[in-house]
Amino acid sequence: MTPLLSVQGITKRYGAHIGCADVSFDLYPGEVMGIVGESGSGKSTLLNCMAGHLRPDAGAVVFDTRAEGPRDTVTMSEPERRMLGRTDWAFVHQHARDGLRMGVSAGGNVGERLMAVGARHYGDIRGKAVDWLERVEIDAARVDDRPTTFSGGMQQRLQIARNLVTGPRLVFMDEPTGGLDVSVQARLLDLLRGLVRDMGLSAIIVTHDLAVVRLLADRLMVMKNGRVVEQGLTDQVLDDPQHGYTQLLVSSVLQV
Amino acid sequence: MTQSPEYNFAYLDEQTKRMIRRAILKGLAIPGYQVPFASREMPMPYGWGTGGVQVSAAVLTPDDRFKVIDQGADDTTNAVSIRSFFERTAGVATTTKTQDATVIQTRHRIPEAPLGEGQILVYQVPIPEPLRFLEPRESETRKMHSLEEYGLMHVKLYEDISRHGHIATSYAYPVKVEGRYVMDPSPIPKFDNPKLGDCPAIQLFGAGREQRIYALPPYTQVVSLDFEDHPFEASKADHPCGLCGAEDSYLDEVITDDQGGRMFVCSDTDYCEARQAAGHRGKDAA
Ligand SMILES: Nc1ncnc2c1ncn2[C@@H]1O[C@H](COP(=O)(O)OP(=O)(O)OP(=O)(O)O)[C@@H](O)[C@H]1O
Ligand SMILES: [Mg+2]
Ligand SMILES: [Zn+2]
Repeated sequence: MTPLLSVQGITKRYGAHIGCADVSFDLYPGEVMGIVGESGSGKSTLLNCMAGHLRPDAGAVVFDTRAEGPRDTVTMSEPERRMLGRTDWAFVHQHARDGLRMGVSAGGNVGERLMAVGARHYGDIRGKAVDWLERVEIDAARVDDRPTTFSGGMQQRLQIARNLVTGPRLVFMDEPTGGLDVSVQARLLDLLRGLVRDMGLSAIIVTHDLAVVRLLADRLMVMKNGRVVEQGLTDQVLDDPQHGYTQLLVSSVLQV
Repeated sequence: MTQSPEYNFAYLDEQTKRMIRRAILKGLAIPGYQVPFASREMPMPYGWGTGGVQVSAAVLTPDDRFKVIDQGADDTTNAVSIRSFFERTAGVATTTKTQDATVIQTRHRIPEAPLGEGQILVYQVPIPEPLRFLEPRESETRKMHSLEEYGLMHVKLYEDISRHGHIATSYAYPVKVEGRYVMDPSPIPKFDNPKLGDCPAIQLFGAGREQRIYALPPYTQVVSLDFEDHPFEASKADHPCGLCGAEDSYLDEVITDDQGGRMFVCSDTDYCEARQAAGHRGKDAA
């Protein structure tokens, strides 16, 4: 089987400082990859390199495109990459305000990606927006309200709806549950798990919360100082960590 | 009238005019594309259409006949002062008759009388960037134009409909030019939008504070954005003109007395006066 995404030797430096170094892995359709590691270990840098927000200094990010099969998204033209960014790819930011238009209604936020790919029927766009609000458990009556009037958890669910409305095949998430109350986190995780399963989504989730990867990720990568120190099936890595750093990470979580 | 000697013809020095003409030519070559230019200080405040004034200064020749309208009228303070500015600095002939003018500078309207080949319409533009209100980052809007990513423009129209039940934008209604660039036609009423397209005259747009010039060469395709189920409509007040009886012109509502009396009259004063001179009368005509 062709991997949906093949990451090959990704390196990103900030001046002399290493953001991430020589990261490689394959992601197959329907798989969820978790990336964990302490603050500053390079998780966001790697995610942004994969999603085309940062240009890596070395390496390839090969995506299995619908039209032309595997293509290196690092070297493809910017218009092509941005097109992927609003069709087959989705990006869920840690802070909903980075991924939403706060001055635009919930319906407009969800509809934007549809309009960006050419939808020109108001009734259809609105119908899909309402449908998606319901799928992320936001009352359809809120469709004309701005996200500024939403709670943090609702904003995050709106951001997810806005991203998934065009049926992407790969979702990048950077700390999607960060900054939320524990009970709100749990509900969001449930929702994400349901969506990933129902839509057969592939996803890459960055988090420092091992409970999140336990629940969502099939496979796990552990990063330290910009490098991957261990990777494998999530349960395997968490239950039987091989690398000393992973052992520390797992045990420190167990103490919480 | 003769030009006063302390200025170069039309106030600006020749080098500046050449720079502006280059921007205009580039704008004409890429219809709807916003060309940056180094806007100069003009002896009037920005709100007074310094972008339009600089474009007019760059295209005027001694043989031109110049007309200035503000909201359709030749006699507002703004229109009068710009007209006298060019009488003083360029010594050009001026007129209020649309058909007689070779260069027309305008704010907020396109004249009712059809424009012809050989005429130039110069618009004063306050905000040239149609994507601005939803995406304030200039770097991002520039990229959206260059990559033809215009979904955001429809988000604005979507918001209009969700809030008002219809597209409530009635001024500065966005258009797509030759199937490529999305353009702000300046704050003209959307009633005027259909006149932008397939127009025999040259249309030039100048934004002074924002330092942008853009253009529509003659007979350019211009399409107002809309939704399939909410098509664009060039609406106006549903009345005939009280003075000349015109049913096809854009109307202003004016208060006539302190008993709350009002009437609708053509906003294009030249059009209205010409019709009255030809014997047309509306129901409120004296
Ligand atoms: N724009 C930047 N300029 C310089 N250095 C940066 C920049 N962004 C990140 N870094 C550095 O690169 C390293 C990796 O940062 P990154 O943000 O990828 O870590 P992270 O694992 O996402 O951390 P966190 O869990 O705190 O979000 C860190 O040492 C960080 O200080
Ligand atoms: Mg991070
Ligand atoms: Zn009239």
